[in-house]
Amino acid sequence: MDPAIGKYIGAGLAAIALAGAGVGIGNIFGNFLNGAFRNPAVADQLFGRAMLGFALAEATGLFGLLVSILLLFVL
Amino acid sequence: MEQFQIHEWIPLHLGRLNLSFTNSAFWMLVAVACATLLMLNMGRARELVPGRWQALAESLYDFVAGMVRDNVGDGGKPYFPFIFSLFLFVMFANLLGMVPLAFASTSHIVVTFALALFIFVGVTVIGFAHHGLHFLSFFVPQGVPAWLMPIMVPIEVVSYFVRPVSLSVRLFANVLAGHVILKLFAGFIISLGALFSLLGVLPLAAVVVFTGFEIFIALLQAYVFTILTCLYLNDALNMAH
Repeated sequence: MDPAIGKYIGAGLAAIALAGAGVGIGNIFGNFLNGAFRNPAVADQLFGRAMLGFALAEATGLFGLLVSILLLFVL
Repeated sequence: MEQFQIHEWIPLHLGRLNLSFTNSAFWMLVAVACATLLMLNMGRARELVPGRWQALAESLYDFVAGMVRDNVGDGGKPYFPFIFSLFLFVMFANLLGMVPLAFASTSHIVVTFALALFIFVGVTVIGFAHHGLHFLSFFVPQGVPAWLMPIMVPIEVVSYFVRPVSLSVRLFANVLAGHVILKLFAGFIISLGALFSLLGVLPLAAVVVFTGFEIFIALLQAYVFTILTCLYLNDALNMAH
Protein backbone atom coordinates (compact mmCIF):
# COMPACT_ATOMS: atom_id res chain seq x y z
CA MET A 1 0.00 0.00 0.00
CA ASP A 2 1.29 3.39 -1.02
CA PRO A 3 2.10 5.62 1.97
CA ALA A 4 0.35 8.49 0.22
CA ILE A 5 -2.96 6.64 0.55
CA GLY A 6 -2.54 6.71 4.33
CA LYS A 7 -2.20 10.48 4.20
CA TYR A 8 -5.51 10.93 2.38
CA ILE A 9 -7.35 8.48 4.63
CA GLY A 10 -5.89 10.23 7.67
CA ALA A 11 -6.94 13.62 6.34
CA GLY A 12 -10.48 12.38 5.88
CA LEU A 13 -10.58 10.85 9.34
CA ALA A 14 -9.23 14.03 10.94
CA ALA A 15 -12.02 16.08 9.42
CA ILE A 16 -14.57 14.05 11.42
CA ALA A 17 -13.55 16.20 14.42
CA LEU A 18 -15.66 19.01 12.96
CA ALA A 19 -18.78 17.06 13.98
CA GLY A 20 -17.87 17.83 17.58
CA ALA A 21 -17.53 21.48 16.68
CA GLY A 22 -21.03 21.46 15.21
CA VAL A 23 -22.53 19.87 18.30
CA GLY A 24 -20.73 22.29 20.59
CA ILE A 25 -21.77 25.37 18.64
CA GLY A 26 -25.39 24.21 18.52
CA ASN A 27 -25.24 23.65 22.26
CA ILE A 28 -23.90 27.13 22.92
CA PHE A 29 -26.40 28.95 20.77
CA GLY A 30 -29.27 26.83 22.07
CA ASN A 31 -28.40 27.83 25.60
CA PHE A 32 -27.98 31.44 24.53
CA LEU A 33 -31.44 31.47 22.97
CA ASN A 34 -32.87 29.84 26.07
CA GLY A 35 -31.38 32.51 28.27
CA ALA A 36 -32.31 35.34 25.92
CA PHE A 37 -35.94 34.27 25.79
CA ARG A 38 -36.14 34.03 29.55
CA ASN A 39 -34.45 37.38 30.18
CA PRO A 40 -34.55 39.59 27.06
CA ALA A 41 -33.19 42.61 28.94
CA VAL A 42 -29.66 41.17 29.24
CA ALA A 43 -29.68 39.63 25.75
CA ASP A 44 -26.88 41.92 24.53
CA GLN A 45 -24.55 40.98 27.38
CA LEU A 46 -25.35 37.32 26.80
CA PHE A 47 -24.58 37.73 23.09
CA GLY A 48 -21.02 38.86 23.83
CA ARG A 49 -20.34 35.77 25.94
CA ALA A 50 -22.11 33.60 23.37
CA MET A 51 -19.73 34.87 20.66
CA LEU A 52 -16.74 34.10 22.86
CA GLY A 53 -18.07 30.60 23.50
CA PHE A 54 -18.75 30.10 19.80
CA ALA A 55 -15.19 31.03 18.89
CA LEU A 56 -13.72 28.70 21.52
CA ALA A 57 -15.90 25.77 20.42
CA GLU A 58 -15.08 26.45 16.75
CA ALA A 59 -11.37 26.52 17.59
CA THR A 60 -11.43 22.97 18.93
CA GLY A 61 -13.04 21.73 15.73
CA LEU A 62 -10.57 23.67 13.65
CA PHE A 63 -7.68 21.92 15.42
CA GLY A 64 -8.94 18.76 13.73
CA LEU A 65 -9.25 20.56 10.41
CA LEU A 66 -5.69 21.80 10.92
CA VAL A 67 -4.43 18.22 11.22
CA SER A 68 -6.29 17.41 8.02
CA ILE A 69 -4.76 20.34 6.13
CA LEU A 70 -1.35 19.52 7.59
CA LEU A 71 -1.62 15.98 6.24
CA LEU A 72 -2.75 17.10 2.80
CA PHE A 73 -0.43 19.98 2.08
CA VAL A 74 2.54 19.90 4.41
CA LEU A 75 3.50 16.29 5.11
CA MET B 1 -3.60 27.27 -2.63
CA GLU B 2 -1.28 29.74 -4.28
CA GLN B 3 -3.27 32.58 -2.76
CA PHE B 4 -1.20 31.87 0.36
CA GLN B 5 2.12 31.98 -1.46
CA ILE B 6 4.68 34.42 -0.08
CA HIS B 7 6.30 36.56 -2.78
CA GLU B 8 9.49 38.49 -2.09
CA TRP B 9 8.98 41.99 -3.45
CA ILE B 10 12.32 43.45 -2.36
CA PRO B 11 14.84 40.62 -1.84
CA LEU B 12 17.25 41.18 1.01
CA HIS B 13 19.46 38.30 2.04
CA LEU B 14 22.10 38.81 4.73
CA GLY B 15 24.15 35.62 4.75
CA ARG B 16 21.64 32.95 5.78
CA LEU B 17 19.05 35.44 7.02
CA ASN B 18 16.15 36.18 4.71
CA LEU B 19 14.94 39.69 5.49
CA SER B 20 13.10 40.32 2.23
CA PHE B 21 10.15 42.63 2.07
CA THR B 22 7.35 40.23 1.19
CA ASN B 23 3.72 40.67 0.23
CA SER B 24 2.80 39.53 3.73
CA ALA B 25 4.95 42.31 5.22
CA PHE B 26 3.36 44.84 2.87
CA TRP B 27 -0.19 43.95 3.85
CA MET B 28 0.70 43.98 7.54
CA LEU B 29 2.10 47.50 7.00
CA VAL B 30 -1.16 48.45 5.29
CA ALA B 31 -3.09 47.14 8.32
CA VAL B 32 -0.94 49.26 10.64
CA ALA B 33 -1.40 52.27 8.33
CA CYS B 34 -5.18 51.79 8.36
CA ALA B 35 -5.22 51.60 12.15
CA THR B 36 -3.00 54.69 12.42
CA LEU B 37 -5.03 56.62 9.85
CA LEU B 38 -8.26 55.73 11.60
CA MET B 39 -7.22 56.72 15.07
CA LEU B 40 -4.91 59.67 14.37
CA ASN B 41 -6.74 61.44 11.56
CA MET B 42 -10.35 60.45 12.02
CA GLY B 43 -10.13 60.37 15.79
CA ARG B 44 -8.61 63.85 15.91
CA ALA B 45 -11.94 65.66 15.62
CA ARG B 46 -13.25 66.85 18.94
CA GLU B 47 -16.80 67.78 18.07
CA LEU B 48 -19.36 67.22 20.77
CA VAL B 49 -21.75 65.66 18.29
CA PRO B 50 -19.40 63.38 16.37
CA GLY B 51 -19.41 62.82 12.66
CA ARG B 52 -19.21 59.32 11.22
CA TRP B 53 -15.46 58.71 11.40
CA GLN B 54 -15.09 60.24 14.84
CA ALA B 55 -18.00 58.12 16.04
CA LEU B 56 -16.35 55.00 14.65
CA ALA B 57 -13.01 55.78 16.28
CA GLU B 58 -14.68 56.62 19.58
CA SER B 59 -16.89 53.53 19.58
CA LEU B 60 -13.91 51.25 18.86
CA TYR B 61 -11.98 52.89 21.71
CA ASP B 62 -14.93 52.59 24.05
CA PHE B 63 -15.51 48.97 23.09
CA VAL B 64 -11.94 47.91 23.87
CA ALA B 65 -11.78 50.11 26.97
CA GLY B 66 -14.92 48.44 28.29
CA MET B 67 -13.44 45.03 27.52
CA VAL B 68 -10.27 45.82 29.46
CA ARG B 69 -12.19 47.39 32.34
CA ASP B 70 -14.58 44.46 32.66
CA ASN B 71 -12.06 41.66 32.29
CA VAL B 72 -8.85 43.00 33.82
CA GLY B 73 -10.13 45.60 36.24
CA ASP B 74 -8.35 48.79 37.18
CA GLY B 75 -4.92 47.17 37.17
CA GLY B 76 -5.23 46.71 33.44
CA LYS B 77 -5.18 50.40 32.53
CA PRO B 78 -1.42 50.52 31.74
CA TYR B 79 -1.90 47.69 29.28
CA PHE B 80 -4.81 49.26 27.42
CA PRO B 81 -2.72 50.84 24.60
CA PHE B 82 -1.18 47.47 23.80
CA ILE B 83 -4.51 45.67 23.83
CA PHE B 84 -6.12 48.36 21.68
CA SER B 85 -3.29 48.21 19.14
CA LEU B 86 -3.53 44.41 19.13
CA PHE B 87 -7.26 44.55 18.48
CA LEU B 88 -6.93 47.08 15.66
CA PHE B 89 -4.04 45.20 14.04
CA VAL B 90 -5.76 41.81 14.06
CA MET B 91 -9.06 43.33 12.90
CA PHE B 92 -7.51 45.23 9.99
CA ALA B 93 -5.20 42.36 9.02
CA ASN B 94 -8.20 40.02 8.87
CA LEU B 95 -10.42 42.50 7.01
CA LEU B 96 -7.70 43.35 4.48
CA GLY B 97 -7.41 39.64 3.75
CA MET B 98 -11.00 39.77 2.48
CA VAL B 99 -10.17 42.44 -0.09
CA PRO B 100 -9.93 40.83 -3.57
CA LEU B 101 -6.34 40.38 -4.80
CA ALA B 102 -5.00 41.26 -1.33
CA PHE B 103 -3.12 38.87 0.91
CA ALA B 104 -4.33 37.60 4.29
CA SER B 105 -1.27 37.97 6.49
CA THR B 106 -2.98 36.22 9.42
CA SER B 107 -3.43 33.10 7.31
CA HIS B 108 0.15 32.13 8.11
CA ILE B 109 0.81 30.41 11.42
CA VAL B 110 4.13 32.24 11.80
CA VAL B 111 2.34 35.62 12.05
CA THR B 112 -0.32 34.51 14.53
CA PHE B 113 2.14 32.43 16.53
CA ALA B 114 4.52 35.38 16.82
CA LEU B 115 1.67 37.50 18.20
CA ALA B 116 0.47 34.78 20.57
CA LEU B 117 3.98 33.92 21.79
CA PHE B 118 4.72 37.58 22.46
CA ILE B 119 1.49 37.88 24.46
CA PHE B 120 2.15 34.65 26.36
CA VAL B 121 5.72 35.53 27.33
CA GLY B 122 4.67 39.08 28.17
CA VAL B 123 1.80 37.95 30.39
CA THR B 124 4.01 35.41 32.18
CA VAL B 125 6.69 38.04 32.81
CA ILE B 126 4.00 40.43 34.08
CA GLY B 127 2.74 37.71 36.42
CA PHE B 128 6.19 37.05 37.85
CA ALA B 129 6.93 40.76 38.11
CA HIS B 130 3.73 41.40 40.05
CA HIS B 131 3.70 38.39 42.34
CA GLY B 132 7.25 37.09 42.35
CA LEU B 133 7.57 33.36 42.88
CA HIS B 134 4.09 33.32 44.44
CA PHE B 135 2.85 33.34 40.84
CA LEU B 136 3.66 29.62 40.74
CA SER B 137 0.73 29.02 43.08
CA PHE B 138 -1.44 29.76 40.04
CA PHE B 139 -0.93 26.13 39.01
CA VAL B 140 -2.23 24.84 42.34
CA PRO B 141 -5.98 25.39 42.35
CA GLN B 142 -7.70 26.04 45.65
CA GLY B 143 -9.84 23.50 47.41
CA VAL B 144 -8.21 20.48 45.79
CA PRO B 145 -7.38 17.55 48.13
CA ALA B 146 -3.68 16.75 48.46
CA TRP B 147 -3.87 13.32 46.85
CA LEU B 148 -5.27 14.90 43.67
CA MET B 149 -2.41 17.39 43.36
CA PRO B 150 0.07 15.20 41.39
CA ILE B 151 -2.59 14.89 38.67
CA MET B 152 -3.99 18.43 38.78
CA VAL B 153 -0.75 20.41 38.75
CA PRO B 154 0.70 18.86 35.54
CA ILE B 155 -2.69 19.29 33.88
CA GLU B 156 -2.75 22.95 34.91
CA VAL B 157 0.81 23.50 33.70
CA VAL B 158 0.14 21.85 30.34
CA SER B 159 -3.08 23.79 29.85
CA TYR B 160 -1.17 27.00 30.62
CA PHE B 161 1.54 26.26 28.08
CA VAL B 162 -0.98 25.30 25.42
CA ARG B 163 -2.41 28.84 25.56
CA PRO B 164 -0.21 30.43 22.87
CA VAL B 165 -0.78 27.41 20.63
CA SER B 166 -4.56 27.54 20.93
CA LEU B 167 -4.63 31.33 20.61
CA SER B 168 -2.59 31.30 17.41
CA VAL B 169 -4.15 28.21 15.83
CA ARG B 170 -7.68 29.54 16.41
CA LEU B 171 -7.03 32.69 14.38
CA PHE B 172 -4.87 30.97 11.76
CA ALA B 173 -7.21 28.04 11.12
CA ASN B 174 -10.29 30.27 10.90
CA VAL B 175 -8.72 32.59 8.32
CA LEU B 176 -7.13 29.75 6.35
CA ALA B 177 -10.27 27.60 6.27
CA GLY B 178 -12.39 30.58 5.23
CA HIS B 179 -10.15 31.51 2.34
CA VAL B 180 -9.78 27.90 1.14
CA ILE B 181 -13.56 27.44 1.11
CA LEU B 182 -14.04 30.70 -0.78
CA LYS B 183 -11.51 29.61 -3.41
CA LEU B 184 -13.20 26.21 -3.65
CA PHE B 185 -16.69 27.57 -4.24
CA ALA B 186 -15.37 30.16 -6.66
CA GLY B 187 -13.89 27.30 -8.67
CA PHE B 188 -17.29 25.63 -8.69
CA ILE B 189 -18.83 28.72 -10.32
CA ILE B 190 -16.60 28.25 -13.34
CA SER B 191 -17.04 24.51 -13.63
CA LEU B 192 -20.81 24.50 -13.12
CA GLY B 193 -21.63 27.64 -15.03
CA ALA B 194 -19.50 26.94 -18.07
CA LEU B 195 -21.05 27.84 -21.42
CA PHE B 196 -24.82 27.33 -21.41
CA SER B 197 -25.64 26.16 -17.91
CA LEU B 198 -27.25 28.51 -15.37
CA LEU B 199 -26.27 26.26 -12.46
CA GLY B 200 -23.31 28.53 -11.81
CA VAL B 201 -25.66 30.87 -9.96
CA LEU B 202 -25.80 28.49 -6.99
CA PRO B 203 -22.09 28.58 -6.09
CA LEU B 204 -22.15 32.31 -6.80
CA ALA B 205 -24.85 32.80 -4.15
CA ALA B 206 -22.83 30.59 -1.80
CA VAL B 207 -19.70 32.70 -2.37
CA VAL B 208 -21.59 35.94 -1.71
CA VAL B 209 -23.12 34.62 1.51
CA PHE B 210 -19.86 33.07 2.64
CA THR B 211 -17.94 36.29 1.98
CA GLY B 212 -20.33 38.07 4.33
CA PHE B 213 -19.84 35.31 6.88
CA GLU B 214 -16.06 35.58 6.50
CA ILE B 215 -16.14 39.31 7.20
CA PHE B 216 -18.12 38.57 10.36
CA ILE B 217 -15.59 35.89 11.31
CA ALA B 218 -12.73 38.36 10.70
CA LEU B 219 -14.25 40.80 13.20
CA LEU B 220 -15.20 38.05 15.65
CA GLN B 221 -11.73 36.48 15.64
CA ALA B 222 -10.18 39.88 16.37
CA TYR B 223 -12.58 40.27 19.31
CA VAL B 224 -11.89 36.76 20.61
CA PHE B 225 -8.11 37.18 20.32
CA THR B 226 -8.30 40.42 22.28
CA ILE B 227 -10.67 39.20 24.96
CA LEU B 228 -8.61 36.08 25.55
CA THR B 229 -5.53 38.29 25.92
CA CYS B 230 -7.46 40.33 28.49
CA LEU B 231 -8.43 37.14 30.35
CA TYR B 232 -4.85 35.84 30.38
CA LEU B 233 -3.68 39.24 31.61
CA ASN B 234 -6.33 39.07 34.33
CA ASP B 235 -5.03 35.64 35.35
CA ALA B 236 -1.54 37.08 35.67
CA LEU B 237 -2.45 40.31 37.46
CA ASN B 238 -5.22 39.12 39.78
CA MET B 239 -4.58 35.42 40.30
CA ALA B 240 -8.15 34.30 40.68
CA HIS B 241 -7.55 30.60 40.95
